[in-house]
Amino acid sequence: MFRSLTSYDGALFDEFRRMEREMENLFGAGTWPNSIRSVAKGTYPPINIGSTPEQVDVYLFAAGLNTASLDISIQKNLLTIDGERRPITEAGARFYRKERFDDAFHRVVTLPEDVDPDQVEASYRDGVLRITVQRREAAKARQIEIK
Amino acid sequence: MNERKDVEKPASATPGKERSEERAIRMPVDIFEDETGITVLADMPGVSRERLDVQIDKDTLSISGKAEVPVPEGMEPLYADIRTTNYQRSFSLSSELDGSRTDATLKDGVLALRIPKREEHKARKIEVRTE
Repeated sequence: MFRSLTSYDGALFDEFRRMEREMENLFGAGTWPNSIRSVAKGTYPPINIGSTPEQVDVYLFAAGLNTASLDISIQKNLLTIDGERRPITEAGARFYRKERFDDAFHRVVTLPEDVDPDQVEASYRDGVLRITVQRREAAKARQIEIK
Repeated sequence: MNERKDVEKPASATPGKERSEERAIRMPVDIFEDETGITVLADMPGVSRERLDVQIDKDTLSISGKAEVPVPEGMEPLYADIRTTNYQRSFSLSSELDGSRTDATLKDGVLALRIPKREEHKARKIEVRTE
């Protein structure tokens, strides 16, 4: 089930990423052009995207979000997510580790061309924000009947 | 409170699939202390209460969980920052902490643990008398 979203053995896309990484290692980052909206590894929050012929699902792994602080917008096939996470602290507490993200974040995702910006749904459960965008009818494969 | 680092396991005889199952996310944590105890906050998005496991065995605190998100039938991945659904991290506790009275809550994928200090270890103000 969920594994279909996290593992893709031999997937072409993965191969591209690997090549890009190797290029960066070989020639050093900076000389090789990056995609204009690409972000550094480890950018908060992590995102997974999956698609079916009917819809595209974007998952943001962002625990402890105040949904009121979320601002999700879509322009054609460009999905923008803005949010903020406030630190949880107590007065007089001494920190040993502070690894959790607490700041404003901004992520932009380029979706496939055929998504319908009028049919978007978002839900938040167990710290995962899921945004479902329907694809246009025309993009779905149709069975052609032979007369 | 120190972090336990697992010794790298030798590559298993059947690589590939088998190994990716074992991989786990070392989730980010905040740890802070006040007069009465230690608070641990851990980000575990996608983990529900049923799939969360917090154990204290003697002086070792182990946190593990499995994320599960609803996925439509036949989904193909387009992009993935998250490559495994397992979370795992452990810490060793020091003796002044009373692990048996640990309180745990999980809200929106954030696990909050409160480990109180034993009574006899709470800091006491020492009065200085003047003669």
